[in-house]
Amino acid sequence: MRLPRSLLIGGFLSLLFLGGAALSLFWTPYDIEILSISSRLQTPSAMHWLGTDQLGRDMLSMVMMGTRTSIAVALLAVGIGMGLGVPLGLLAAARRGSLLDEVIMRGNDLIFAFPSLVIAILITAVFGAGAMNAIIAIGIFNVPVFARLTRGSALSFWSRDFILAARVSGKSASRISVEHILPNIANLMIVQGTIQFSLGILAEAALSYIGLGAQPPIASWGRMLADAQTLASIAPHVALVPGMAIVLMVLGLNLMGDGLRDLLDPRIRVTRT
Amino acid sequence: MKYLTNLLLAGSASLFASVAMAQNTNLRVAMQLEPPNLDPTAGAAQAIDSVVYSNIFEGLTRFMSDGSVVPGLAKSWEISGDGLSYTFHLQSGVTFHDGTTMDAEDVKFSLDRARAEDSTNAQKALFSSIAEVSVVDPLTVQITLNAPNGSLLFNLAWGDAVIVAPESIETAATKPIGTGAFMFSNWVQGDRIDIVRNPTYWGTPATLDSASFRFISDPTAAFAAVMAEDVDVFVGFPAPENLPQFEADPRFQVLVGNTEGETILAMNNALPPFDNVLVRQAVAHAIDRQAIIDGAMYGIGTPIGTHFAPHNPDYVDLTALSAYDPEKSRALLAEAGLPDGFTTTLKLPPPSYARRGGEIIAAQLRAVGITAEIENQEWAQWLENTFKGHDFGMTIVSHTEPMDIGIYANPKYYFQYDNPALQALMTTLTSTTDPAARSALLAQAQTMIAEDYVNGYLFELAVPTVARAGINGLWLNQPTAAIDLTAVSWP
Amino acid sequence: MMRYTMGRLISLCLSLIVASIVIFTVVEVVPGDPAAYMLGVNARPDTLAALRSELGLDMSLPERYFAWTTGMMQGDFGQSYTYRTPIAAMIADRVWVSLPLALFALTLTIVIAFPAGIYAASRRGKLGDLGVMGATQLGVAVPNFWFAMILVMIFAIKLRWFSAGGFAGWEGGLLSGLKSLLLPAVALALPQAAILARVMRSSLLDMLGEDFIRTARAKGLSRRQALWRHALRNALIPVLTIIGLQFSFLLAGGIVIEQIFFLPGLGRLIFQAISARDLIVVESVVMLLVFVVIVVNFVIDLTYAAVDPRLRLRK
Repeated sequence: MRLPRSLLIGGFLSLLFLGGAALSLFWTPYDIEILSISSRLQTPSAMHWLGTDQLGRDMLSMVMMGTRTSIAVALLAVGIGMGLGVPLGLLAAARRGSLLDEVIMRGNDLIFAFPSLVIAILITAVFGAGAMNAIIAIGIFNVPVFARLTRGSALSFWSRDFILAARVSGKSASRISVEHILPNIANLMIVQGTIQFSLGILAEAALSYIGLGAQPPIASWGRMLADAQTLASIAPHVALVPGMAIVLMVLGLNLMGDGLRDLLDPRIRVTRT
Repeated sequence: MKYLTNLLLAGSASLFASVAMAQNTNLRVAMQLEPPNLDPTAGAAQAIDSVVYSNIFEGLTRFMSDGSVVPGLAKSWEISGDGLSYTFHLQSGVTFHDGTTMDAEDVKFSLDRARAEDSTNAQKALFSSIAEVSVVDPLTVQITLNAPNGSLLFNLAWGDAVIVAPESIETAATKPIGTGAFMFSNWVQGDRIDIVRNPTYWGTPATLDSASFRFISDPTAAFAAVMAEDVDVFVGFPAPENLPQFEADPRFQVLVGNTEGETILAMNNALPPFDNVLVRQAVAHAIDRQAIIDGAMYGIGTPIGTHFAPHNPDYVDLTALSAYDPEKSRALLAEAGLPDGFTTTLKLPPPSYARRGGEIIAAQLRAVGITAEIENQEWAQWLENTFKGHDFGMTIVSHTEPMDIGIYANPKYYFQYDNPALQALMTTLTSTTDPAARSALLAQAQTMIAEDYVNGYLFELAVPTVARAGINGLWLNQPTAAIDLTAVSWP
Repeated sequence: MMRYTMGRLISLCLSLIVASIVIFTVVEVVPGDPAAYMLGVNARPDTLAALRSELGLDMSLPERYFAWTTGMMQGDFGQSYTYRTPIAAMIADRVWVSLPLALFALTLTIVIAFPAGIYAASRRGKLGDLGVMGATQLGVAVPNFWFAMILVMIFAIKLRWFSAGGFAGWEGGLLSGLKSLLLPAVALALPQAAILARVMRSSLLDMLGEDFIRTARAKGLSRRQALWRHALRNALIPVLTIIGLQFSFLLAGGIVIEQIFFLPGLGRLIFQAISARDLIVVESVVMLLVFVVIVVNFVIDLTYAAVDPRLRLRK
C-alpha cells in the first residue's frame, strides 16, 4: 500500500521535533541554565548551529527544550479535551433529545462563545502564570470540539443496524457507547486529535508570547519570540529560529493529520477552526 | 481602459500618501503606559504625572530636570525661625485654563483637599506635617507645621501637590484644568492625548503650538514607531538593546538620564532563611551586578551598593561590601548551615528590568546552590500578594520615589526589615534641618542597611529618551515622572 | 417553527444568564484590588478605604452583581474604575476600531480564500491544486503575531510604506483609516484565509460528488460549468458557517495584534483593564462579546431551521 505523501513529509517533520524533544530529556548541546552574557547574539556557527540568544544561550538547545514544553502543554491540553469531550459527546448522543443532551450541547456553545484568549488571561490572573494554567486554558476550549464531533458521529451510528442489534440484545446505552461506538469513531478522534495538537502548539506559543505560559528557566518558543522581538533588526536569527520552529512543527503535524485521514478513512470530516 | 487604470492607480497613490504635516510646531511624544485618568492628585500612576506635570498642572514649587526644587506658582517664601511656619507669595495674574483666577483660596483648597480625612491622594504622607493652611491675602498663603520638616519645599514640588481649582476638580480625571503652559485639548482613550499652548500663560510661553502623547507599550511597536518616524520623541524607551541603532542613525538623538529608581533584589527579612544576615550576605555576593546591567539593560544603569541615588551628593559608594564573589557566597551559606543551598521564590513584576534581571539573577543564584523559582506577576497581583501580602522570598523592583531611604524604618514595609537603631536614626533625620548634620545621618543610614545586607542592591535605573535630531529642551533626567514640554522646541 | 423559536429563545436567555454569572465570578475572584493598583505603594489604609467606597467596592458581591446586570439591561454598563468614564461610551469608541478591523480582515480573508479554494477545487490533483494547498498548509501554521512582527519589519521600518501602528481615525477620511488598519488586517487574515480556502475547496469537491451534479454533468455541462452553476451555491453553506465563526474570532481575537500595532480597540481595552483590575470594564466587555456570539449563533440556527425543516424536528 502506498502511503500518502503528506503523511511522509508530515511524519518526518513531526518525528524530527519529537526526536529532538526526546533527546533533550538526556542531552542538549549546551546547558541552557548557564548564561554567558559576553557570548550573546552570536550568529550560527560550527560551535552554535543556530547561534546564541540575548543571554548567550545556545539556540539549538533552547529550541530542543522549547519543543519539549510545547509538546507537553499541547498533549496534556488535548488530553483534557478528549478526556472530557469524548465521554460528554457519547453521553449526549446516547441520550439524544433529552434535557441532558440539550444542557451539554448548550454548554458547548457557551464555551465557544467566550473569547478564548481573554479567558486564558483571566485564568492566569487567578492562578498565576505557569505551564499548568496554559494547559488548563487550552484544554477547556478543546472540550467542546471533541464533544461536538463525538456526538455528531456517534449519532450517525445509533441508527445503524449493528447498533440496533446490540440494543435488541439488551445492552445498556453506555455499554453500546463504549463497546460499539467508541471503536468506530476512534480513527476520527486520532485525526482530530492531531489537528488539535497542532492548534495547541500554536496556542501555547501565543500564550507564552504574551507571558502566560511556562516561566523561565523553562524554555518556550513563544517567550523566545517575545524576548527576541526587539532584537530582530540586530540579530535576525534570534527571532527567526523560534518562529520557524513553530511553523515547521505545526506544518508537520497538520500534514500528518491530513495524511492520517487519507490513510484511515477518506470520508471522515474534520473541523478546523 | 489603460487611461482609466492609470487614473485609478494615481488616485489611490495620492490618497495613500501620508498627509504632510507642518511639523515644526507640533510634537508627537510617545510613552509606554497610558494614564488611567488625568488627575495627579488622585492616583499613583506615574503616567498621569508624565502627561500633566508642569505642562497642565503646577505646584507652589517645582522640580527641574537636575532634581533641584525651584519656585513655581509661589514666586518666593519666608520660613519662620522655628521652622514651623512658611509664608508663600504667589505669582500674580495667574489664571486657570477655564479663565478663573488662581489665588490663595485655591492653594488652601488644594492642600486641604489632599490631606483631608476622605482624601484619595496617593502620597498623602507628603502632607502629614502640615497643621494648618491659612489665607493671608489673595496672593499670600501661610502653612503651619506640627514639627519642623526639612523637606516641605521638596514635598510641595511633587505632582500630587499641584494646585487645582474647586470649580473644575470634579472633572479633572477626564478634563484637567490647571495653570500650566499647555491646555488639555482632547483624549482619544487607548490612543492619544492632545494638548495645546496656553495663550494666556503667566510665565514664559511654550514654543510648541501643540503636542500629542501616544501610548505604545509593546517594545517592538516602540522601536517600529520611532524608526518609522511615527513619533518624534519616545520618553522611557522600553528596549535598551535598540539604543545603539538610534545612536548610529543621524535622524535621531539618544539621551540617557538618571532617575530616582533604586533597583533592588528585595528579600523577605522576616521569612527564613532570609532572617539570617549570613544568608542575605550570601545572596548579595552571588550577584554579578555588571552582568545584570549588561544583560538586562544593555549597559545602561549605575551600580549601587545601598538604597540611595548615586547622583545625590550624599551618596556613599558601598558596592565593594557586596562585590561579586561566588566562593565567598558558598562559604557564607555553609556558615549559615545551608551548605547545599535552599529553594525560594522570586516574584517578578512586569517591567523588563525585573523580568530580564530576574532570569539572570536566578541563573547566578543557581551557581551557588540557591534555587529561585521565578513567578511573573502583573502589578495588581504583585501589589496584593507580594507587596501587601508579604508572600514572597525575593522580588525585584525599582523604588522610583525620590529620597525614600525612610522605608527602611518601617518594619511592616514589604521586605520587613526591623532595626530599632535605624528607626531612631530616621526619626532624628526628620527633625534635623542642618544640612551637614543631615548628610552625616544619611551616610550613617546608607552604611547601616548595606552592612545588614537588607536587600541586594543592583543598580540605579536609567531612563533612555529617543528623539528626532535637533529637538531641544527635553528633560535628560527624571527626578520625578514628567515629560515637561514647556521649554521644548524644534530646530 | 414557532415552538422551535420559543425553545431556542429560552435557551438563549438561559445561556446569557449563565454566561453573566460565570464572567462575574471568574473576574471577581481575580486577586488584586483596583483601589490598591490605582494608589500604588505609598497609599495609606485610610486613603484606600476612601477610594474603595467611592468606587462602590465596599458593596457585597451579590449586590454588585445585581447592580451590574440590571444596569446592563437598561443599557448602562457602569463606570470604569480607572478611567472614571461611562463604559458604554468607551466601548462605543473602541468598536469603531475593532469592528472595522474585523470586517476588513474578514473581507481580505474572503477575497483571498474564495478564488484560491475554487481554483484548487477546479484543478483537483493538478499542480495548481497542490500549490494552493501547500500554501494554505503554510498559512495555517504561521502564528499571526510572528507574521505581524515580520510585516512591521518589512513594510513599516525597511520600506516605510505604512506607519508602524496606531490608528489614524476616521476623521481623516475612509482611506487613511483603512490604511492604518491594513497591516493588522493582513496579519489577522492570512491564517484565516488559509483555513477558509481549505474549507471552500473540500466543500466544493463534496458537492461535485453529489448526485445532482452528476446529473447536471450527464446532461452535458462541463465540469467547470457544473462547478460554477450548481456546486458553488450549495457549497456555500458550510463556508458561511466557518465565516460566522471566524468573524467572532476576529472581533475578540485581535488582542495580541492590537497590542503589536498599538490600536485602540476592544482587545487592548480588555488587556489594559485586566492589568489595572478595572474589573467592571472586563466584565462588561467580555459580556458584550459573548452576547454578540450567542445572538449570532441563534440567528444562524434559526436561518438553518427555516431553510431545512428537518433540523426543527431533530432537535
